[in-house]
Amino acid sequence: MIPALIVSLAFFLLPMAKLVWLSFAKQHGISYWYILTKPMYLSSLWSTFWLSAVVTLASLIIATIVGLFLTRHDFKGKSILVAMLSFPLVFPGVVIGFFVIMLAGRQGLLAELGLALTGERWTLAYSISGLFIGYLYFSIPRVVLTVMGAAEKLDNNLIEAGRSLGANRWQLLRDVTIPALTPGLISSGSICFATSMGAFGTAFTLATNLNVLPMTIYTEFTLNANFAMAAALSLILGFITWVCLTIARRQGGSSLGMGG
Amino acid sequence: MKKGVFFYLQLAFTLLICAFLIVPVFMSITAGLTNNYFVGIKSGLTFRWVEQVWGMYSNTIWLTMKIALVTTLVNLCVGVPCAYYLARSRSKLSAFLDECLTLPIAIPGMAIALGLISVYGGITEFRMSWSFILVGHVIFTLPFMVKSVLAVLQSINFRVLEEGAASLGASFWQRFFHVIVPNCKTGIVSGILMTLTLSAGEFNLTWMLHTPLTKTLPVGLADSYASMRLEVSSAYTLIFLGMILPLLIAAQFLNRRPKRSA
Repeated sequence: MIPALIVSLAFFLLPMAKLVWLSFAKQHGISYWYILTKPMYLSSLWSTFWLSAVVTLASLIIATIVGLFLTRHDFKGKSILVAMLSFPLVFPGVVIGFFVIMLAGRQGLLAELGLALTGERWTLAYSISGLFIGYLYFSIPRVVLTVMGAAEKLDNNLIEAGRSLGANRWQLLRDVTIPALTPGLISSGSICFATSMGAFGTAFTLATNLNVLPMTIYTEFTLNANFAMAAALSLILGFITWVCLTIARRQGGSSLGMGG
Repeated sequence: MKKGVFFYLQLAFTLLICAFLIVPVFMSITAGLTNNYFVGIKSGLTFRWVEQVWGMYSNTIWLTMKIALVTTLVNLCVGVPCAYYLARSRSKLSAFLDECLTLPIAIPGMAIALGLISVYGGITEFRMSWSFILVGHVIFTLPFMVKSVLAVLQSINFRVLEEGAASLGASFWQRFFHVIVPNCKTGIVSGILMTLTLSAGEFNLTWMLHTPLTKTLPVGLADSYASMRLEVSSAYTLIFLGMILPLLIAAQFLNRRPKRSA
């Protein structure tokens, strides 16, 4: 364990401590004050927050439908479907960004579709909706797998009991299934939210002029050479994602946080 | 259950979602192999773009493999003993270490990269070499290795096994290498696969840490997306997928095999 301790201390804790120190060193943490007062940083924080929240909600809904379906029914080719749903889990953010360009870029599938239907090319890739598509892409597999795991443990007797008491499909879903899935949904939802907040690769490929938090940090660091501000922003980001993952761990979720 | 209209609605929805995830993969594979993507597949298939990518970026591919392998090696040497220690001891120190090792999963790669640059960026030789990226990758992947070995260790009763071996006169190292390591082989193998895939695809950290001379594959990918024509980017993506898909399939295979009962 000594080597692990050394590695962790030297290359993780020390850099983090330095980052904290740096963010406060310049005029007693004026960066934090700027973040709270300057609209540029505040809007970046808010837009990232809202985008991640909407992505989380959408992927939770989609994943619940897909996950429940896949656990309840058995059919030919199901294992291939499940494999297809889980592969994108490890694609790096840049590649996902490229996939969004493939789907909704200037020469993408959606553009062709738009050309055929209405005569104009639909391009979403380089706007906030492109980011939304990309974030959905890496969120869905994660949540689907968690929902499937939770749904497999679901007690079928409860559903039978509910049905024998005369509950219809929606009542069963609302009163039996969803409450049973809630811990899994909360944990995978918060992991999904954390990953979306910190997704740099996807944003880097798509958002040349979009103001999401990882991009703001990157521009602060490279173009403006404002190390204190970059440090402060990334610490705030790190704090938010850490809180999310702590919530996830409380709910007994595994930490599948990665990528983006 | 009767297969009613809901079944088919849900099936259609599931297929739609799968298509959303898989269609872009196939699109980029075909685009990487067609002569001219504007014209479409009828312009003919070619390996021209793949060769061009190989000519331009083959060094990034080798570097990525090197870093992934060395990261795995470091993770094995550091992570497995660490997991063993964490499984054995219940002290405050081990709880602290556990927390420290889990944190890099939660902290975005950019923050870790900024921290590393701020502390070690001044040491030019270190900053310029590929070991700078290696350090980032180790920090980022170590938790996954430790967790996967730890999960196996916690599911087997390794203390009993160890005591048995000790009563037969096995020394600590004999016990470690002949009892502990073989017993958590599945955890180690899945940790290795995880480390390789994560390290090969790592971008967030690497983009901040790389120098023009130490570009890894994902960095090269970002570069080609920004400046190359679509066919080249696709061919490059194709090579990347070719690299990580075997790892993914191996991991799937490993997971599907029935786990030994605890």
